[in-house]
Amino acid sequence: MESQSVVLTIAVYMAFFSLGVAFLSTLYRLFKGPDITDRLIVLDLSASTLIGLVIMIIITTGETVYLNVALIAALVMFMGNIAFARYLKKSLRK
Amino acid sequence: MIDTIVAILLLFASFFTLVAALGIIRLPDVYMRMHAITKASSLATILFLVALIFAHPTWRVALGSLLLIAFVIATAPISTHALARISVQLGIKLTKGMVRNDMKTNTTTDDEATDKFAEKTNLD
Repeated sequence: MESQSVVLTIAVYMAFFSLGVAFLSTLYRLFKGPDITDRLIVLDLSASTLIGLVIMIIITTGETVYLNVALIAALVMFMGNIAFARYLKKSLRK
Repeated sequence: MIDTIVAILLLFASFFTLVAALGIIRLPDVYMRMHAITKASSLATILFLVALIFAHPTWRVALGSLLLIAFVIATAPISTHALARISVQLGIKLTKGMVRNDMKTNTTTDDEATDKFAEKTNLD
């Protein structure tokens, strides 16, 4: 946006800050998590953090093409979680 | 006016993102972490997308955002449910101090219950 108000600028900075904190917390849980499903549920929060970052980029720059990136990120999150769940189920059966 | 609406929506979305981050760090159990992550981050994603619709009111952005909202609402409970079910079947313990566990018979030590559970849900 070319002429955005002060309130929107403050809100944009707050959103970038909270998305950064969420990403650092996913990294913490990814390295520390005791079980494998602890490391897998991180994928959910990291995908939604990525969607939020892409939306913040769209709002600040005005390039609406990047909405496809958010769609693909949501798709990859869902497929990855389902595939990991089925893989764990198959390894449980042996 | 539009800027103020977008700013309020972005502030609420940042608040729920921070709640999800706090939940994934502080909660003691994998099931509690799933509960925190799924609800808070889905709501944060939906609020970000509504803010995007208000910020760029074109048909293309609105259609893509509504598609993404529907996708998030449909898929986040499914994937979290699959992971919760597999972590019950792997035998991951609840935290200490929990007084009730309804899924006690579905751990890996009880093979018959697991087989019956898988047969009923018919995913294998």
